[in-house]
Amino acid sequence: MVVLIAALAALVLMSALWVVTLRNLFRAALSLGLVLIGVAGLFLVLEAEFLAFVQILVYVGAILTLVVFAIMLTSKVQGRAPDVSSRQPAVAGAVSLTLFALLTAVTQPIVWAQAPGVAAVPLATLGQQLVTTLVLPFEVVSLVFVAAMVGAIAIATSTRPPER
Amino acid sequence: MTPAAVSLVVMLSNALFCLGVYGLLARRHAIALLLAIELILNAAALNFVLFSRLLGHAHGQAFALFIIALAACEAVVGLAIVISLARSAKTVFADDVNLLRG
Repeated sequence: MVVLIAALAALVLMSALWVVTLRNLFRAALSLGLVLIGVAGLFLVLEAEFLAFVQILVYVGAILTLVVFAIMLTSKVQGRAPDVSSRQPAVAGAVSLTLFALLTAVTQPIVWAQAPGVAAVPLATLGQQLVTTLVLPFEVVSLVFVAAMVGAIAIATSTRPPER
Repeated sequence: MTPAAVSLVVMLSNALFCLGVYGLLARRHAIALLLAIELILNAAALNFVLFSRLLGHAHGQAFALFIIALAACEAVVGLAIVISLARSAKTVFADDVNLLRG
């Protein structure tokens, strides 16, 4: 199991590195697809099958398609001249490495022992919790969905003529 | 789950989060910033699922589900803003948008 997790972790880390470093944004988006598939594989290893399928459907199926469409729609605006990376990748690298060192120093000394007799969460339990104890956050998320959809349509459609 | 496997996944989640922070700080393209935010949200969801499995509690998975849903909302609104920006300001770079700067 550790070997499987390590292989998936290597895939996720390598493609995540591509997401943040590749100059070509289209390739970065495709690497994000690899990251999402790797994380879905980790969900499968962690016995969260439903979440793995949701991850594939929503992220790879919907969000990534949207991102690719947006990249293609805006590629003419971007042109060829400007660079994707900013002028201070060194500072950004230092900040993120410091953050990583801090997080690792805090989390690595802890031994995460599993309590004996703890089984994986069955899907039926998750479904029941979503409509009983967690019904309020569930409904709030639905409301946020509607608001985001209406907002996105309102922002993206222009009533003015596009050329000034 | 052995403690080694758990600490490996925690480490991966940390690394994913920090790569996302690096992407947020280093990139200029607005869509690249959105991709970095997706990395950060995935790191959080991975942690939730891991500890849901470790403790045998359904709430962790439920919150990972909410994270995925909110990530979808965030991507939709963010991409709408980027497309509107490309149309009106003729730029897709986040640091070129300084209309509200005093």
